[in-house]
Formats: sequence, structure tokens, C-alpha cells
Amino acid sequence: MVSAILELEDGSKINGLSFGGENSTAGEVVFSTGMMGYPESLTDPSYKGQILVLTYPIIGNYGVPERHVWESNNIQVSGLIVSQYNDTPSHFQSVQSLSQWFKKENKPLLQIKDTRYLTQKIRDKGAMLARINFKGELKWYDPNTENLVEKVSTKEIIVQIPTKESTKIILLIDCGAKRNIQNALLKRGVTVVTVPWDFDITSSVHKAKLEQTLGLEQNKKKKLIDGVIISNGPGDPIFVKQTIENIKKLLQSNIPTMGICLGHQLLSLAAGGKTKKLKYGHRSQNQPCILEGSSRCYITTQNHGFAVSEIPKGFKQWFYNANDNSNEGIHHKSKPFFSVQFHPEATPGPEDAEWLFDYFLKKL
Amino acid sequence: MKTYNKILILGSGALKIGEAGEFDYSGSQAIKALKEEGIKTVLVNPNIATIQTSKELADIIYFLPVNPFFVEKIIKKERPDGVFLSFGGQTALNCGIELYKKGIFKKYNIEILGSPISAIILSEDREKFSTHLKKIGVSTPPSKAATNKKDALVIANAIGYPVMIRSGFALGGQGSGIAANQKELDQMLDGAFSFVKQVLVEKYLHHFKEVEYEVVRDKDDNCVTVCNMENMDPLGIHTGESIVIAPSQTLTNAEYHKLRTISIKIVRSLKIVGECNVQFALNPKPKNGDIEYYVIELNARLSRSSALASKATGYPLAYVAAKLALFKNLTQLQNKVTKKTQFCFEPALDYVTVKLPRWDINKFKGAEETIGSSMKSVGEVMGIGRTFEEAYQKAIRMLDLDFEGAVSEIVFDEKPITKKAIKELLIHPTPKRMFVLSRALQDGFTIDQIHDLTGIDKWFLYRIKNIITIEKEISLLPKVDKDLLLLAKQNGLSDKRIGELIGKTGLEIRKIRKELHILPSVFSIDTLAGEFPAETNYLYLTYNGSHNDIKPFNKDGVIVLGSGPYRIGSSVEFDWCCVNTVWELKKHKKKSIVINCNPETVSTDYDISDRLYFEELTFERIADIYEFEQSFGIIVSVGGQTPNNRAKALNAQGFPIMGTNPKNIDKAENRSLFSALLDELHIDQPPWSSFSSIKEAVVFAEKVSFPVLIRPSYVLSGTYMHICYTKEELTDFLQKMSRVSKEYPVTVSKFIEDAKEIELDCIAQNGILKGFIISEHIENAGVHSGDASIVLPPQKIYLETFKKLKKIAQDIAKALDVSGPFNMQCLAKNNEVSVIEVNLRTSRTFPFISKVTGINFIALSVDAFFNKPVAPVRILEYNFVATKVAQFSFARLKGADPVLDVEMASTGEVACFGVDIESAFLKAELSVGGKIPKIGVFLGLGGEENKIKFLESAKRLDEMKLKLYATEQTAKFLQLHGINVKKLFKIHEKQKPNILEYFQKGKIDLAINITDRFIKKNVNDDYIIRRAAVDQNIPLFTNMQKAELFVKAISEKDPNDFPIGSWNEYVTG
Repeated sequence: MVSAILELEDGSKINGLSFGGENSTAGEVVFSTGMMGYPESLTDPSYKGQILVLTYPIIGNYGVPERHVWESNNIQVSGLIVSQYNDTPSHFQSVQSLSQWFKKENKPLLQIKDTRYLTQKIRDKGAMLARINFKGELKWYDPNTENLVEKVSTKEIIVQIPTKESTKIILLIDCGAKRNIQNALLKRGVTVVTVPWDFDITSSVHKAKLEQTLGLEQNKKKKLIDGVIISNGPGDPIFVKQTIENIKKLLQSNIPTMGICLGHQLLSLAAGGKTKKLKYGHRSQNQPCILEGSSRCYITTQNHGFAVSEIPKGFKQWFYNANDNSNEGIHHKSKPFFSVQFHPEATPGPEDAEWLFDYFLKKL
Repeated sequence: MKTYNKILILGSGALKIGEAGEFDYSGSQAIKALKEEGIKTVLVNPNIATIQTSKELADIIYFLPVNPFFVEKIIKKERPDGVFLSFGGQTALNCGIELYKKGIFKKYNIEILGSPISAIILSEDREKFSTHLKKIGVSTPPSKAATNKKDALVIANAIGYPVMIRSGFALGGQGSGIAANQKELDQMLDGAFSFVKQVLVEKYLHHFKEVEYEVVRDKDDNCVTVCNMENMDPLGIHTGESIVIAPSQTLTNAEYHKLRTISIKIVRSLKIVGECNVQFALNPKPKNGDIEYYVIELNARLSRSSALASKATGYPLAYVAAKLALFKNLTQLQNKVTKKTQFCFEPALDYVTVKLPRWDINKFKGAEETIGSSMKSVGEVMGIGRTFEEAYQKAIRMLDLDFEGAVSEIVFDEKPITKKAIKELLIHPTPKRMFVLSRALQDGFTIDQIHDLTGIDKWFLYRIKNIITIEKEISLLPKVDKDLLLLAKQNGLSDKRIGELIGKTGLEIRKIRKELHILPSVFSIDTLAGEFPAETNYLYLTYNGSHNDIKPFNKDGVIVLGSGPYRIGSSVEFDWCCVNTVWELKKHKKKSIVINCNPETVSTDYDISDRLYFEELTFERIADIYEFEQSFGIIVSVGGQTPNNRAKALNAQGFPIMGTNPKNIDKAENRSLFSALLDELHIDQPPWSSFSSIKEAVVFAEKVSFPVLIRPSYVLSGTYMHICYTKEELTDFLQKMSRVSKEYPVTVSKFIEDAKEIELDCIAQNGILKGFIISEHIENAGVHSGDASIVLPPQKIYLETFKKLKKIAQDIAKALDVSGPFNMQCLAKNNEVSVIEVNLRTSRTFPFISKVTGINFIALSVDAFFNKPVAPVRILEYNFVATKVAQFSFARLKGADPVLDVEMASTGEVACFGVDIESAFLKAELSVGGKIPKIGVFLGLGGEENKIKFLESAKRLDEMKLKLYATEQTAKFLQLHGINVKKLFKIHEKQKPNILEYFQKGKIDLAINITDRFIKKNVNDDYIIRRAAVDQNIPLFTNMQKAELFVKAISEKDPNDFPIGSWNEYVTG
């Protein structure tokens, strides 16, 4: 068996057995406590630049399904650490094993027994830099010092039309969107136009390009689009300057706008709020979020290392985390602008917050 | 918010198959939750061995039957303002529904707390519930309800075979089964309709996966699924009989969350407040690739699964459910484990749990061994690990059946097993199926073949195959390799098993392993997979780790060994002993460290001990924990026989065993040593000897004269203890045993007839007897003490006998230098006393005697362990009588002979108080399903002596204007003595009027069948009658003394006149 060394910023080195591509990698090491849906997690672009430790110890059981059920077209994590890898998948949807997948995409998959120790270390010392070395030593790499969004965002405008007849058009600003955001909208009968992260709907050049993509027929409509969703995505929001600028302009209008995860942070920054880095983030499928002013709590999926630390003027807190009271959503006091830190599209995780898409669509 | 002053909680009564220790756990948690709110609790539960019926828990306790008759009287007296119905299993729920329907709660202005009763009633009616689910867009299997056999057959034809029948209002799947064709269904329906009025005929979903969710909902509609569980066994094997894994292993995110969302949808539609269990069937190979599921079962109450889910996740479901019933919101409840977060979340596990049922089917003569859609298991264990292999093999060892892991050579070594036989066992599983799976893999069956035959997901089969591969690698290696040894330990192999593979002892492997620094890690269960620092006491050991979450207690800690799985002979009574020991340790300023592996127990609850190792009670694991903790001492004498059996090996390692020296424990356990000791002390014992040949045994039996009691020493496959009355019977029995040899000798002892059996529960300190309680069996010797009815204070013991017993106890305490509890079983006949058994540990009767006398014998025991002065036991005059009776679960064990014998067969017990023995006994009998006959009584009395003995009782029954029926001889005898009796033909005589016909037509509501064991018959018609009575749900007595007492009680007592007294009112301790 090939082995590799996981080295952490604090100097600790842990030997692991390799089941994936033998390709050294560096990034930030984070942990997720979600027990379900490793194919969905691994293809979540929000993990860009990160080495992921799964706390659930037994991984690989149901193999890897076909690409169309992934959350994006590739494995997005830089590397994966599990306690027990079983190369004997069993599921009717499985087309390859996890090991085969990682080998194909040339990404490291290591088995390190004491993932609980790793988790406790990250919890106590905070998310830190890490590298997986097969031979020699790779340079450290801190993904939170650059704009990761441009690396994962679409380059083209993509139009998706639902099977039901659609009357509304939603603009999805792709900062690293999970596929299920599109699916959740399509399921609700709206056309989804996915645009690159720096697409500016208020710019005449971009608008023209969009009109062109959508075809002449759409021009007859008064409004070009009915609403905007700013997607999830990786890294520190302050580096996504262009998107923040574009949202500022968007907020001058009355177009209903919803932010998800990174989109929530970007909306907050655009509106004059602030964000901060969390010590080790929220990466799990069991985060309780309370709807402000109510007795209702939703179990949500989360994957973020940054959070909104100051709610922008004109907005109020919408949701907060029942465990650590951190902000989980904001809502404009009068306009249809709102955003959530968690993932209403789930996958993986509980579907409890899916109603937010209905809430959004009602605002159109 | 409304406040409550006094809340009534209904318990589940005696432990029985399908309704066991899990309800002591749930009731106890509910009581704690109420006490925190300052609410007074009134508990009705006749199960005296439970922890919930302790002073430390409920405020007012009634040891009375959980039925509408008594509960209404209690309500009238106590006037509670609220009632909890969902913490005492189906027994409590059924009683609650009846009281509700009779308008009792309304009459006394009592609020039913928790889920709306209308929803519960809806969920209990299978057809209405199915309609409800359809209405909200949830799939249920094609099915229809029938109220008679004819309709059921028509429905089955329409749905198409195979079909599954389920009966409403039943626990543990009683009266349900799978019928492949009309003939099978026909038979099944006869059984089902004798218990219930309605059955559901349902499409059988062959080899679908079975998945369960535990859902919690509060009054504000917040919902969480605390746990999901996957049954390794497919649909068709009751979840109580299944190997259950939490969390699910083979479900994708889409499958998991589809079912989660649906379970929440159902719970919301029913407006559940508290806890609810939803069971699904999931198609593992759907035709079009879409998720195909059906809801197959729902329990709108705490259940066995919720107890398991609590222990699997660390989330105290019953506690939370109780708080929610008091209108709390989930976000208001702080997580007791992390103490930082709150209970509105779904636990994240960083380990896997595997539950295995414990069966004792072979203890029941005649019982069918196959397992299926009805529950037969009597207990369960849960293994925790970080690989499936680790958790699974731990669980197998936890069963305490001398199996070392997934592979066992001893299971099949009695006779060679053919491929055909293996195939048969794969299709029709038995309790041995874990070993059949590994054996099939070893014998060349492919994973695909086994999957096709069993419906077990291939993923699990690959895991078992992995274990076999590792075992093979070990056995082929010339010397122990460090990497391979570590791999073996990470996959759950025991030291002993590794030793077996390479011809070394477990201790030798242990030594090598420690030299190689291969030691388990201590991990905690914190509900959040390490996301938050938690102050949890809940621990397990794993080799899939390299650090410890905690630091040892060192000399501040004392280890208490728990009882392991509940089984015939060891049950909740030992959990009571453990929990009380833990409580007592506080007084001695020690931190308690409990080791136990039974998810049904209270001792494994989150707030009982300072530390809980949810671990094996094997020598290896106890030694690992002791060596890590470096504790002050280990208590082996409060958890029953399992911990007691470990004393010798632990002592040999120099570990400090508290209380009596393990060398002396061994002296009492070893038959020869003990016998020699009795001779030395001039204490009588029935003559006995051990033999390695049949011939010698017969010679001995003839010398001491028949009957004789036979005890085989080889008991792996459950060869019974047996009384032989004749030479032929003895020869026959020994031949059938197949194993009488030097290695496996048989013990033959004189069986003394018509002797009284007496129990002594004692406390001694440094060899001096400090206290003892004598209780008396109602049945004469020959009925196992666990099945016998026990009365305290004794009613028929002479002063002379009493003095002799005391002297014997003093002598034995002194000779064995006892410090702590011990129990003696004695026989008394004509003022002659002989000793049959001594156990230097707490006994089954400890909670009973402690609660009846008001003196906590555990407190005295623990004082003795610490060598602190033991308070002298002073018993004041009793102004009441308490009677303990056994609960049997024969109805669930198809074919089992429901006769009282030397081999224990009961699954639980109750005890009731009364002004005299008759009233106490009658209440107790009513608590275990007994009924006062109103229609007719069947009498079958074998032999002249039994007929004469029972004559007075028969007269009483006749005077009660009950119709009496009897078989030919009995009828003749009774008629001769002027008793009105109608003769019925025996079942096998197939002539009318026949016993079976009268049973089936409901003309008989009490059956008494007492046989003469000296008479040998060609057709065992008595067995057929007994079995028919049980199958028709007719109360049955098979013992003379017990039957006589029952008849006396029903003829003299009227339950309407019983004063309703709480425990506090009887015993002011």
C-alpha cells in the first residue's frame, strides 16, 4: 500500500494510507460532521482549496453515482481524509468506487485512523493549513488569500428551462453554485439563467449578452429577469470584489434577491455589513437555525468558514444559530432582499429549509 | 403556560418478549424530567425489579396491574392533573386508550399529555392509518383489513401471494407472519384471530431493506430525526429480531433524506408531541431507478427502537419527549451531553453501532427455532466501533454466549453441515445466522449467492468476508506480525480469537499486544462528532484511534460490572442492583465507572454514573478498562452471573476485586468444592455425583432412588436441566444429550419431592452474617426459582426451620469469609433443611426483598465492600404480605411447552402487596395477564394423587358456579365426589365435544393441567392441551400449589374490595 503524510501547520505529521491519486496537495484543512452524502459534499465547489476530514468514519459504502447527480462536474476538495475506507461499494446507482474516482481525478484520498483527533485539533486550534505529501514537500498554500470564486464559476451563460411551462426567469450568479440550487428552482417551474460570478445585470454590455443568449422572444417582456440568486461558493468573501460591486448596484433596484451561503456574505458586504472568519467554521448537516422572533428552528446543512459579523443597515437578523448564536440570515426591512448562511438546497443534508425557494418565488 | 402538580405515569409491567427493559429506561427518564419541573409523580407499575419503582425516582408508586380497573381506582384516589401514556410501551398505551374511551380522564379532569390520543388511536388502526397516509401522499404497501378468516383469504387472493398478515394492537409483532400460499395463511389466521379482532393482509415486500427513523416533534412544530437505523436483515424479520445498524450504512443522501422528510411529514400530520418511530421498506433495486418506499409501521410512543436510538446517539429521547409533553420547545432544552448546545439538533455520530438480539429459544422445550416477523428474542446488546467489523464482533461477544466473533467453529461442530443445510439456514434464519453467514462464505458460497438467498445487502457481506480474510492471514503467519495484529484489533478480533487461530491463549496474545503497544483508545460519545467540546461520561473503546479523550480517575474510581444482555435468568433486577450500587458509591466518595452493553438498561443512561463504558463484559475488555483507569476496585457481585464469572480471571491478574475473595466465590461456584465444604460444615445437601458414562449414572440414580435431577455440564446449545422419574427416562435423556464424556460429565442429584423451597438473601461482613431475609416459594421444589412464586414474609416456615437456616447462613458466611451479598437456595421437608445452591452475589430477589422490607440491601452490600459498619438488619412485624410471580411469554414462542419445570422459562416478574397472601397473589397474577374466570374452567389432573389434592379446589370452583370441564379420568373422579363436570375429548382423539373446540369457542377461560411425571404416555396429550390453551390466550396453571392458591384467592377475594394502597402506605421504610 502506498502511504502519504498529512502535515499540519502546527508541525504535526500523520501517516495515512493512500486510496486515491498519488498527487501531493496543499490547502486548508477542515472537518465536516455530516454523516450522509459524500459524493454531494465532495463535489461542492465551496470546498475549493480545502482538505476535508470526514468525522463519520466509514466512507465509500455506496460508491459513486453518475455525474449528473453530483453537485458539480468534479471533485472539488483538494484532498479527503477518512478513518476507514471500504473499497466494496454496494448500491444500484454506483458506477465506480470512491477510490477509482479519486484516482481518475488524481486527488489524494487518505485513510488516517484517528480522524477524531484531527477534528479535535482543528476545533481547538482553528482551521489550519495542511499539506499531503507523497514525495518531497509541497509549499504551503492558503486558499483564503485569493479569489477562489473565479476558479469555480461558470465561464458561460447557461440557460435551463423547466419541464413545466415557465413564466419567470431567475438569474443565478454562480460563485460556485451547487447543482441542486438550479434543480430546486427548475422543479418549481422557473427558468434559470446561470451567469459568471462577475456578471453585472446593470451593465448594458452584459445585459445585451444576456438578451442575446435568451433570444428575441424574451425581449418583449418588461423585465428581463424576475429575481436574482447569489450562490454559495468558496473562500473569503472580501476577495470577490466585483460581485460585491455588482450587488451594490442591484440593491438600487427592487429586483428580489436571495443570497445563499457565500451569497449571503456577499450581499451583507454589498449592503455595508461586515464578515469575519470563524475559528473552524460550520460544516455539517445538523445546524439548528432559529427564525428570529419565532419559536421555529430548522435543521440545516452548512459549509462555511466565514460569517456575517455585522448586519448591514436597513437589514435585520432573519435567522441565528441556536448553538453559537452566530448570524444565519438577514432580511431587508422593506425590500425583497434577503439571504441565508445555510443551504436551502441541502444535498447533502436535511430538506427542512427548502421552503425558502418558495418564499423567494412568492416575492417575484 | 399551564402548570401541573401531579402527573400519573403508566409503566409496562413485567418484562416480556416484545416489551422489556427499554420501558424502565423510558419511564425513569420521564420521571426525572418531571421531577426537575417540581411535579409530583404517581407511577403504576407492578414490576418491582425496575429502577423507576424506586424511592429515588417516582414519588408515589403502586405495585398494581396496569389495567383500566386498577388504574381508575388509583386515579380516583390520587386525582392527578395529567397523565403520561407513552412511556410504558403497548401495555400503558392500551390501558390509556381504554380509559380514554370510557371517559375516565374526562371525568376526573385529567389532561393526556404528549401526542393527541386521537392520533395514537388512528395510528393503531392499520386500515385507517393507511388511508390517512394515502391522503397525505405517503406510500403504504397494498393492503386491506379483515375481521374474519373468509374476508382475509379473499383479500389475500386479490393482492397475490406472498402476503404478510399483521394484527392491530399487538406488541412485538405477535400474531403476524408471512404466508407463501393459502394453506399457510389459513393456519396463521386461526392463531391471529384468537388474539385480535382485526388483521391486515398486506403485500409482502420480499427482500426490501428495512429502515427506521426516530422523530421528535414539539408543540411549535419543530421536528428533528434523532437517528436513523438500518436493519441488516431485510423486511420479513421483525426489527426486534434483526441486526440493526445506526446510522444507516448503505443509503445514499437522496434515500436517507427522502425517508427523513416523509417521516417528518407523517409526524406533523399526526401532531405528535414527543417521540415517534417510523419504519420503512425501501426497494434496494427499484425498476426505474426512482426511490420506491413504503411505510410499514409507526409507533406513536417510546419504543424499543427509541431506547436503542438513545443509546446509539447519546440523545436522551425519553427525557426530551417528557419535557415536550409539558409544552416545552426543543430549543429551550439544553443538551445534557455537551452542556453548550441544545436539543434541537440531530446527533452526528463518529462511530457505528450494531445491535444484536439475544435469543434463548433453546431454553424452551419444543419451540421453533426460526426467526421471522414475530419477536422471540429476550434481550439485546449494542456494539460500538469505528469500523463495522469492530462493532459487529464486539456485539457478538456481548451476547455472552461464548462466541468470540463473526466466525465460530463451535456452532456447527456437533455434526457436519452440508451445503444444502447451509442454504436452508440462509433462507430460513435462526439465531445462529451470524455464524451461518461466515460459514457459507468459508464454504465457497459467493457474496451474490448469499445476498440472493438472504436479502442482506452485499456491503455487510463484504465486511464479514473481510473478517474471514484477516483471520486466514493470521492463521497462515508463522509469528505474530505487528501490522496484522493491529489490523485484526481494528476489525474487532479478540485476543482469545487471535490466539485460537495461532495456537496461543488469549493471555499470551494480550502480553504480546501490550509489548507491541497495541492498546485501545478511549473515545467519548458527544452527540456532535467532536464539533464542540463536551463534558460527556459516555465512552467506548476502539482500536481505530490513537489518543484518549479522557484521563483516568485512578484511585477515585470504582468499576461496577453490569449485567449484559437481558436473558432468561438475568434481567432488570440486576440493573436495579447496579444502579443502586452506583448511587451508593457517592456516599463513599468514589466515582462510579459502569461497564455494560445493554441498550435497554437504566445503568447505561447518561446521568447515572460518572463514567459509562458501553463495552463488552469480557475479561479482555474489563482488563483494558481497569488498566487504563487504575481504579480503586472492581465490583463483580451486583450484575448477576456474568460479572461473577469474571471474578477469577480478573483476580488472577491482581486486579482489586471488592467484597468476598474471588477464591471463595469459586468455592461456591464449583460443585465439587462446594459439596466438600458443606460436608465439612455438616450441612445437608441432596446426594449427588458426576458421571462420564450413562451406566454409572443409572447405577447412582437407582441407589439414591428416583426421581433424580440431571445437569449436563455442556450447555452451549442449551441442553436442559431435567428431572427423570424412571430408569427409562434417564437412559433416554442421557442418550439424547449425545455428549456424556470425561470432558463433559453429567451431574446427577437426588430430587427431593414435596419439599419446600426457600430463598435466603444475606449480607455478611468479614465472615459475619449481618442480615438475612427468608422468603418462601409457593410451588414445591422442582420449579426453577426464577419461575416460582415467592412470598414474603414466609407463611409456612416453622421456627425450627428458621433457626436452622440462620445457622447455615452464619456457617457459610464464616467459612467463605463473605463480605457483601450472598444468596442461598434451600429445601425444607419435615424440618430437615438442605442446601442446593449458594451464590456469593446479589440475587434475582434483591430488589424484591429490599422494596418489601424497606431496607436497601445494596446499600448494606456496598458498606460491606468498603468495610464500613453495616447497619444491623431489623425487621419489624409485617402487617402485609408481598408476592412475586413470574411473567411467561409462551404465546410468542410457537411450539414451546408452557409447563413449569426446573429449567427457567419466565421472561419477567411482578410483585404486589396485600393484606394476606391470597389478595397479594391475585393482584400479582392479574398483573401478568391472569384473568378471573367467568365462564368455564378446564381441569386435567394426571394421576390419583393430583386428583385428590385438587379436590377441594375443584369444589370451590364448582361453588363459584363456573362450568367445569375435564378429560375422562378427571371427570369420572370429580363426578364421583359430587362435582358438576362435563367430560371433553382430548384434542388428538378428534371427537366431539373436544377440548380444542371449547377453547376456540371461548367456553373456557381458565385451564389447569397438572401432570403426574411418573406416568409415561405415548401421546403427549397434556402438552397439546397446554399449548392449545396458550395459543388461544387462555390463562393456564400447570403447578398444583400455584393452582390451589389461585382458586382459593378467586373464591375468597373480590378485586372490587381491594384497598388501593401505594408502596409508601404498605412499607414505611
